[in-house]
Amino acid sequence: MTTGPDLARGVDRFTIQTRDLNLWYGDFQALKEVTVRIKPRMITSLIGPSGCGKTTLLRCFNRINERYENVTTTGEIRIFGRNIYDTGVSLSELRKSVGMVFQRPNPLPISIYDNVLFGVRLHMPRMTFSRGQKQELVETALRDVQLWDDVKDQLRRKATLLTLEQQQKLCLARLLPLKPRIILMDEPCSALDAEGIEHIEELVDQLRAKYTIIMVTHNMGQARRISQECIFMFLGRIVEHGPTLEVFLTPRHKDTEMYVTGRYG
Amino acid sequence: MSADPVNTRDRPTLRRLAAVPAGCRGLTEPLIEWLIRICGWSAILFVAAIFFFVLREAAPMLFGKLDLVEFFTSTDWQPTSEVRQRYGILALLVGTLHVSLLAMAIAVPLGLGAAVYISEFSRGRTRETLKITIELLAAIPSIVWGFIAYMVLGPLIIRVTGAPVGVNLFNGSVVLALMSVPIIVSVGEDALKAVPDAYREAALAMGASRWEVIVRVLFPAAKNGLLAAVLLGIGRAIGETMAVLMATGHAVLIPRSLFDPVRTLTATIASELGEAVKGGDHYRVLFVIGLVLFAVTFVVNFVADVVVKGVGSERRA
Ligand SMILES: Nc1ncnc2c1ncn2[C@@H]1O[C@H](COP(=O)(O)OP(=O)(O)O)[C@@H](O)[C@H]1O
Ligand SMILES: [Mg+2]
Repeated sequence: MTTGPDLARGVDRFTIQTRDLNLWYGDFQALKEVTVRIKPRMITSLIGPSGCGKTTLLRCFNRINERYENVTTTGEIRIFGRNIYDTGVSLSELRKSVGMVFQRPNPLPISIYDNVLFGVRLHMPRMTFSRGQKQELVETALRDVQLWDDVKDQLRRKATLLTLEQQQKLCLARLLPLKPRIILMDEPCSALDAEGIEHIEELVDQLRAKYTIIMVTHNMGQARRISQECIFMFLGRIVEHGPTLEVFLTPRHKDTEMYVTGRYG
Repeated sequence: MSADPVNTRDRPTLRRLAAVPAGCRGLTEPLIEWLIRICGWSAILFVAAIFFFVLREAAPMLFGKLDLVEFFTSTDWQPTSEVRQRYGILALLVGTLHVSLLAMAIAVPLGLGAAVYISEFSRGRTRETLKITIELLAAIPSIVWGFIAYMVLGPLIIRVTGAPVGVNLFNGSVVLALMSVPIIVSVGEDALKAVPDAYREAALAMGASRWEVIVRVLFPAAKNGLLAAVLLGIGRAIGETMAVLMATGHAVLIPRSLFDPVRTLTATIASELGEAVKGGDHYRVLFVIGLVLFAVTFVVNFVADVVVKGVGSERRA
């Protein structure tokens, strides 16, 4: 998603805009008329009871939902002004600029080094970088996620042998060499212990200056701690979207209030 | 919990077992343990027994009259000559090698391709149909393949290529390939299916195409299983007897072209053992060939083991 002619309009105000987005898994409608605008360079948290469609919405933004054959989508999603469902859009380019971190850390069963370079190797011709440059890319990415000191002596080790926290950091690190504009995170801390959660939160907080981050979380404390804006979803709809503190302190809807005060599961 | 029928049924049994008098239990458990141990050891025992049987039959010739240098370097195989019998298996070895390699050259791409297609691209009904068809292919008896080679493939080869005989190296390889494909497909597909979906998703989310996912993620992740698939295929090709006997033309010579008839080690044993005088030189040499086959399969398995372990070592990716 490089800059195109229609990107100039409203680029700075919103990174992602959806309009009347509906999504069905077979007959089941998981998203209902979702219209939302997400602002750049901040963390937007996505909260709501389990099964309300948070993951589904997140997975629309990089179109990874489409790997299931029974998914139907209608409506519009504009990222940097461009409708990602346009026929001219390259999935590969879209996913290069919209990175994703999953709920379960999923580093590939190759070395740490190769994990970090995996995306680069997909998107750049074979000889783009020299050995030294690659080493540098790896080091920078791992430093950015505060993993370098832990693994600098074992870059050739299989990534799946790391601890879960390290794996999740690596999953974040491997996105960075591609210079994404947006990072989607689906409950990135749900597999981690308290300390791991704290570290990832710190990290995400540092990244927000450079990236647009959308983070699904079922942990309301986390949403409050790290996000500037908050979206509350319920039964496939967006119920409330606003500055995080407002959503938590002065919710405009009854469902939001019930949820943030802990009266829904 | 109360809805769990297995548990409720099991519990009384356990209690009953626990209630068996100590003396009786003291007998049952070692007995079961021994039974299990015997089952395990018997596998090794059978292999050893077969090996020693073959060795016993081969020994008088192997450690006696047989000139091993001539045996391995001569192409002169004349076991029934009135004047002087000659036992050179070079042509047979080369025949086996050629047929197996060519069969693998056909079967590996075909088999792995089919495995990838079934596991990654096909869905629902198509997938089921394909899997059933391939299982069916695996169930066709060897002799039927020989029949097809002789009656169908042979004449077809003559018609298309103008070769003087239809039963030859090419024919044998194609038939062996077709026989190995089902194993390669089913073992290969299992290996691919065992790769966690999270890996595919990780790569896709970074912008990989389906093809890139297959080459860069699935193949490395499933390499041990895929290698096992290929090696099982090779095993099938080297060990197969009846079909190659009928498909290869049975001429003891080193092939110069794809359409020359050849003969393999297995086919030689299968066709000559019945006529050889029991206990005679010819009979014993056939058992020496059996030992050679034994050695070949052993080496293939050993290499496979080393490769699989080496490739799959945990420390380096
Ligand atoms: N692949 C799928 N096929 C069918 N239904 C699905 C699929 N994924 C999710 N769903 C359904 O869609 C709804 C929303 O799911 P999801 O987006 O995962 O919710 P959340 O992440 O908020 O817990 C749920 O009711 C779930 O059962
Ligand atoms: Mg979810």
